[in-house]
Amino acid sequence: MKRYSIFNIARNALSFHEKWPQAWRSPELKSNYDVVIVGGGGHGLATAYYLAKNHGITNIAVIEKNYIGSGNTGRNTEVVRSNYLWDEAAHLYEFSLKLWENLSTELNFNLMFSQRGVLRLGHSLQEMRDINRLVTSNHLNGIDSQILSPEDIKSLVPIINLSSDVRYPVLGGALQKRGGTARHDALVWGYAGAADAYGVDIIQNCEVTGIRQESGRISGIETTKGLIKTKKIGVCVAGNSGVLASLANLKLPIETHPLQAWVTEPIKPILDVVVMSSAVHAYISQTAKGELLAGAGIDSYTGYGQRGSFSILEGAIAAIVELFPIFSRLRLLRQWAGIVDICPDACPIIGKTPVEGLYFNCGWGTGGYKATPGAGWVFAHTIVNDSPHPLNKPFSLDRFTTGRLIDEHGAAGVAH
Amino acid sequence: MLLIKCPWCGPREENEFSYGGEANLVMPSDPDQITDAEWAEYLFFRKNTRGKHMEQWVHTFGCRRWFNVERDTLSYKITGAYKIGALSPEEIE
Repeated sequence: MKRYSIFNIARNALSFHEKWPQAWRSPELKSNYDVVIVGGGGHGLATAYYLAKNHGITNIAVIEKNYIGSGNTGRNTEVVRSNYLWDEAAHLYEFSLKLWENLSTELNFNLMFSQRGVLRLGHSLQEMRDINRLVTSNHLNGIDSQILSPEDIKSLVPIINLSSDVRYPVLGGALQKRGGTARHDALVWGYAGAADAYGVDIIQNCEVTGIRQESGRISGIETTKGLIKTKKIGVCVAGNSGVLASLANLKLPIETHPLQAWVTEPIKPILDVVVMSSAVHAYISQTAKGELLAGAGIDSYTGYGQRGSFSILEGAIAAIVELFPIFSRLRLLRQWAGIVDICPDACPIIGKTPVEGLYFNCGWGTGGYKATPGAGWVFAHTIVNDSPHPLNKPFSLDRFTTGRLIDEHGAAGVAH
Repeated sequence: MLLIKCPWCGPREENEFSYGGEANLVMPSDPDQITDAEWAEYLFFRKNTRGKHMEQWVHTFGCRRWFNVERDTLSYKITGAYKIGALSPEEIE
């Protein structure tokens, strides 16, 4: 693959940008791979990339039932941050954020990573106490985080409504300045191109139909494009984790729920920070195109249909309009949903399963996008060494048996 | 928006109900005698079915009673609602 640079862009301008090579190949599926990654989203592609880069394994297939990035990676709201409450989670997300900070250069692809700050609002005395605890915990873990007064918030976001005569008055907030947004499609394309350059085969429109085992070990994987012999399978399929697990006769402590988001018509720059509120379950930012990108909480019931309930959309928009009355006349352009894999403790499962050679990276629920680089890094380590990286050791499947859960629900702000 | 047929009140809007997760989970009768793995199975592990799913709902803003619903988790189509203890037609077969 040709490297992207200003000189290359200038050179290609002479041929009207019609002679760029393909960013990644579309190879034929081989019958044998060292590792097969199921799921061509950010997590799957990142895993393949770090398997190649950090561990020198390049005989890898990433198989994706649709096109790469067509699932949750292409449906999320692009928020990146690391201000989590518990040490285990904070370390993992902070590791990821540090990788994000140099990722555009590393992948030679502009991820439009913008550390514009992520502001979490507090609407009640209890929430302000929680924010105080969160910020202190962040400081102990070396993560930048600060408490803002309503006046600080007003100077940061002048259009916010600070009236006390509202359902959820703004009493303060927590700001992580290093947090922000990054273009989600670019992340997929960046990892795909970089992994492909190492020789990783990215196979699109290829669905898994079966997982073969011989005496408790993985021996192969059946797909719509044929059987692949392999001893190691890494699964990164988010909402469909339960479906893949059932192919291997496993059950997971995961339930799949729809999570929706939407954009308004584009307007001139007005909001240069990500604002989230867990009490009203809404968050909003402005994209480079000028659209206001907002999201809500999950639908209460389980579902694999990639669409959300109207009542959730209505509730979140009502809350956003109360916070930002200036947005009340904007029209929605698009609304969509992804299906997210919710774990009982709102933390991921990254590690081994009872089947030897089968590894799962799942349970990220509503907040997996921000962790893509770190998750790929530690998952690749887990697959190669057949034992977890220190960062994902606490996130094993057996924590549900030992009881050592990592309760990030609410404490870190449910909104992701 | 789902239209859910409460066995007592009839069809009502989704907003009147709260979701209660997978139906027909039975609490182990003698918790002291079971292993940690069995506890985990009861507490956390779920079928997470893609397709027809038996689940519990409660009519929070109505009669406040619990019942079971059979719903397709892909199309969201509801194919039946049953009082707790009553089996779905498929289970009777």
